[in-house]
Parts: sequence; structure tokens; C-alpha cells
Amino acid sequence: MLARLHANQPAQLLIGLLIGVGFGFLLQKGGATSYDVIVGQLLLTDFTVLKLMLSAVVVGMIGVHLLTAAGLAQLHIKPGGWGSTVVGGLIFGVGFGLLGYCPGTAAAAAGHGTMDALIGGIGGILVGSALFALAYPRLARGPLAAGKFAKLTLTEALGLRRTEYAVVVMAAVLIGLLAWLESAGL
Amino acid sequence: MDWLVMDRWSPYVAGAGIGVLSCLAFVFSNRPLGCSTSYATTCGILARLAGSRKAEEHPYIQQVGTRIDWQWMLLLGVVIGSALSALASGTAAVQWVPSRWASAFGDSASWRLVAAVAGGILMGFGARWAGGCTSGHGISGGLQLALSGWAAIMAFFAGGITTAMFLFHVLGS
Repeated sequence: MLARLHANQPAQLLIGLLIGVGFGFLLQKGGATSYDVIVGQLLLTDFTVLKLMLSAVVVGMIGVHLLTAAGLAQLHIKPGGWGSTVVGGLIFGVGFGLLGYCPGTAAAAAGHGTMDALIGGIGGILVGSALFALAYPRLARGPLAAGKFAKLTLTEALGLRRTEYAVVVMAAVLIGLLAWLESAGL
Repeated sequence: MDWLVMDRWSPYVAGAGIGVLSCLAFVFSNRPLGCSTSYATTCGILARLAGSRKAEEHPYIQQVGTRIDWQWMLLLGVVIGSALSALASGTAAVQWVPSRWASAFGDSASWRLVAAVAGGILMGFGARWAGGCTSGHGISGGLQLALSGWAAIMAFFAGGITTAMFLFHVLGS
């Protein structure tokens, strides 16, 4: 039944829209569509963004792995590497510091009238994506192929035998980190 | 319905809700949440509408598509959902210069836009280079325990923290 739903294109577009509405609503209510909050995180004075992201990761991690075990979901793990993920991530990070929004929160902030998110965020990211497409044939042969990670998941990278162990360890570490942030008054 | 009109929710509640939405996306769409690919897809859609066959047949545009898809609708939903939330709490307003920026660099909209456009271009380029953003790599990769997701989170924040510290503590002091 789920496979039929996954193949139903019009239904999928509607589900995508509805999940997006929920996502945008929660980002805004959580404070993550505010430049001041996001830059406060990068200046390490306001930990709202980290609290929101890590709560999403803990809940989603436990939920998705339970659903996978029940046969209701499949993981979609992206491969990575030093040349692609890490170098690209650092370029993204410099942009993150200057723009003060990320691709999702820029769209969300534009939704409530924030002009730097609309022009710099949506406009700039579109231009950056187009420039990347132009550079792609050359980059694909060079840095994007360099230093590919041999392992796909933290479970393998940490040498754990079962994904369940990694879920429990990561949930404990992340909840511990959040508890520490609260106890430190951050 | 007081919670609908509240300006802000606890980040733990909002974050947990996003975790639940991730689960729904996996079950009902067999896809993880993500945002940045939709920008590249938009480039593909614009190329198609402009009738540029050369752009449409470009190898990268072929990968990201030239038609409205699930993730493009998700990003459209993000704009709508955020607007609804801000309208419900009465906080939607046109804003050119955020207050934290204004307190360090003054309230000129031009300078703020120069930095934002430069940042947006780098971000779009870097997101495609890294193969995802704070949603696709950070939240979705992180929750799947993907090595690429955690490596990306570290790199996003390393670059972001360094840049913001330089901007606000060196240039803006």
C-alpha cells in the first residue's frame, strides 16, 4: 500500500507541500527563521538553533530506525568524502556566516517578509546553484571525487556491530549535550 | 488556541516536531527532508521555461531535474508554513536589516544586501558541492547516522562560526 502511495505522483506533490508547510511553521515558531537567532548560534551566544536541530535529530533518529526495523521505512544515506562533503561544507559555512540563513530557513524567513533572506538568500542561492552547475563537469573529475569516505554510517565508522547500539549511544550523547547546555545556562 | 498565536515555541518542541515530520516523510514519501536541491531544480525549471536546450541537457541539470517535484513542493510549503506561523502571531513584517547586523554595521540596507547576496551565492555553490544543506545533510543525514551528514554538520558550523566571529569580532568591533 505504501509502495502505491510512493508511486502516486500527484499525491506525492501534495504530501511534499503539506510536510513543507509543517516544516516552515515549526522553523518559524522555533525561532530559526531569525537572522539574530542564527547568527547568535554562530557567535556561540544563543543556542536555539543547536537545540532545535539536535531535538529533531534525536526524535527522528529513534523514530526512523524503529520504522525501518518495522519494515515501514528505508534509509537513504548519502555517500560523502573529504573533497565533496567537507570542502563543500566549508564553502557553505562561509556563506552561512555572511547570509545568516540556510537554504530552508532563508525560504522560511522570506515567507514572513525578510528581504535579505529573499534577495540574498533565495536569489543568491539560485545564482550559486547555477554557477555550480556550470563548474560541475570540471569539479566532478577533480575535488568531488577526492578522498571518498570508505564507510557510509557512524555505526561502521565507530566499529559498532549493530545500528541499534549506535542509535542508543548517539541519543545518549546528544541528550547529554543538550542537558549540559541547559545546566550551563546557555 | 493560544499556542498558535505565541511568538516562539521552545526549540525542543519545534525540533521534536521536525523529527516527527522527518518520520512522516520517510513513511509516506520514502524520502528524507531536504531543501537545497530545490534551488538547483529551480534553475532547471527556468532553463526549460526559457527554452534553453543546452541548459536542459547539461549533465548537472539532468541530475536535479527540470520539473516541479516532491522536494520543490516541500520548499514552497516551507515559505507558506512560515508565513502562516508569523501571520498567526502577528510578527510578519517587511524587514531589510536585522537588528544584530544593524548594531554592528549600521542600518544601511545596501551593505546588508551585499553581504547577504555574496553569502547566498557561496551557500548555493557550497550546498551543491557538498551534496546537501543543513536540512538534507544536517537533520536527515544526522538522524540516519550518515557519516556524510555528521561531516557536513561539522564543516557547516566550522565555516559559519569562523566567518561570523571574523565579521562581528574583527570587522564589526
